[in-house]
Amino acid sequence: MTESTEAHMPKMKLARPVIPTILALAFLGGWEWFVRTGHVNEVLVPAPSHIFKWFYESLTNGELLSATWVTMRRLMIGFAIGAALGVPLGALCARVRWIRDTLGVLALGLQTLPSVCWVPLALLWFGQEESAVLFVVVMGTVWAVVIAVQESVLSVQPLYLRAGMTMGSKGWHMWSHVIFPAALPGIVSGMKQGWAFAWRSLMAAEIFVVILTGFGLGSLLHAGRELLRMDQVMGVMAVVVGVGLLADVIFFAPLERWLRRSRGLER
Amino acid sequence: MSNEKTITPALTLRNVTKRFDGASGRVTAVEDISLDVREGEFLVLVGPSGCGKSTLLSLLAGLEHTNEGSILLGEEPVRSPGRDRLVMFQQDALFPWLNVLDNVLFGLRLKPDLTEAERLESARYYLSLVGLADKEKARPHELSGGMRQRVALARSLAPNPRVLLMDEPFSALDALTRDQLYGDLQKIFTKRKKTIILVTHNIREAVCLGDRVVLLSPHPGRIREVFEINLPRPRRINDPELASLAAKVTTALSSHLNDGINGGPHA
Repeated sequence: MTESTEAHMPKMKLARPVIPTILALAFLGGWEWFVRTGHVNEVLVPAPSHIFKWFYESLTNGELLSATWVTMRRLMIGFAIGAALGVPLGALCARVRWIRDTLGVLALGLQTLPSVCWVPLALLWFGQEESAVLFVVVMGTVWAVVIAVQESVLSVQPLYLRAGMTMGSKGWHMWSHVIFPAALPGIVSGMKQGWAFAWRSLMAAEIFVVILTGFGLGSLLHAGRELLRMDQVMGVMAVVVGVGLLADVIFFAPLERWLRRSRGLER
Repeated sequence: MSNEKTITPALTLRNVTKRFDGASGRVTAVEDISLDVREGEFLVLVGPSGCGKSTLLSLLAGLEHTNEGSILLGEEPVRSPGRDRLVMFQQDALFPWLNVLDNVLFGLRLKPDLTEAERLESARYYLSLVGLADKEKARPHELSGGMRQRVALARSLAPNPRVLLMDEPFSALDALTRDQLYGDLQKIFTKRKKTIILVTHNIREAVCLGDRVVLLSPHPGRIREVFEINLPRPRRINDPELASLAAKVTTALSSHLNDGINGGPHA
């Protein structure tokens, strides 16, 4: 759309957030009405007002915040470990042929394995402890990061390497000043994917496994299921969606956009 | 080291041969090239595609290694890339993650004997020399192709290399920008008295810029003829005298090419 001089244009812009809001309210209102009038069983589908009520209560009694904190801490630590392992391993895969043919191929395979599949082993190795969840999150993150780093390092333009070489760059300087900066957009995309995998694997782990050391969002959702409180289940689901969106909107999307814009890859 | 002796050529090539193993068997890119490049000389290697001129430049840069023969920089054999021989590539090869000033500083920062203030001074001097003093904060993608190639020139000159190697740096530019850069380059050459080796397939360009023009013929790349160009500087590409000299080189080239087709090459 072009910036038109016509007078009605500002009105159109104002309308943009208005229409979705009206539709959302209408949807929630309709839902509420269906439940209240008994068209749907309230046990199966809770009314939006009940979900909001649960949300308010668990927010005020601190339950929701503490669960979110426990989950976020696991996610951050697990993701940090996964990324810290994945970046050097990916670089190594890109640099050394036989490592690429072994670890690189393994990473490709394990990336397709949903990391919940690690839960039985993690429980056996670490017990119902924090380290078991962290292990599952790390397994969800690390392979995606390894592959992204490997691919983006391998696709760095040879011209940059030649230019760097003739100016006297080599070894660690070449890695830190040419290869990594050149590969950064790809690495960030890989991190974003790793983050998404970590988030999914953490939820799965928390729902399936009772971790004695902390009560996270997944546990809260599981508890809601046991109590047959679908307002809690749906409330937690909404929070999980919200956290995932926030990480993307606040962190990854602006970072990617900035990287691409500053290099002229996007306007 | 006795680099400053006037008798020693800046670069010495002795019976240089380079072969590549390609998909269609072994290809001899350059064969038995012997050449002395004088200190402070502007030498142009000209020839049609396949004459090995870019290969020759890569050998001089140390990005490739000879199969036979030797290359000496002063009295030192060339074994690897080094700051004493900077390369300007066909594409500008500027790093998109750095601004103009940091691009020019890249090579300077690899010289440990300079202070940061000296590096900055040097970078700014060369940026003003190519007429881009006011663009130091710009990102490469914000500049035109001609400006980018100017930054690349400043980046190659700033670390004060003994020899500047130029690999068809003007071939991707439009004619107007190119003519302007011919002028700029001659001005800088006259001012800085640098040894420059330029590779091109444009005979007019060769005659316009070179003190000496070395004509190469393809399959395999060999030296056919060497022309001394004694026209006064600054030379203009549209100068009639220059045009007639260029015509002479063109005639020589086509006669050598016909030689190759009719009777096989005679060195």
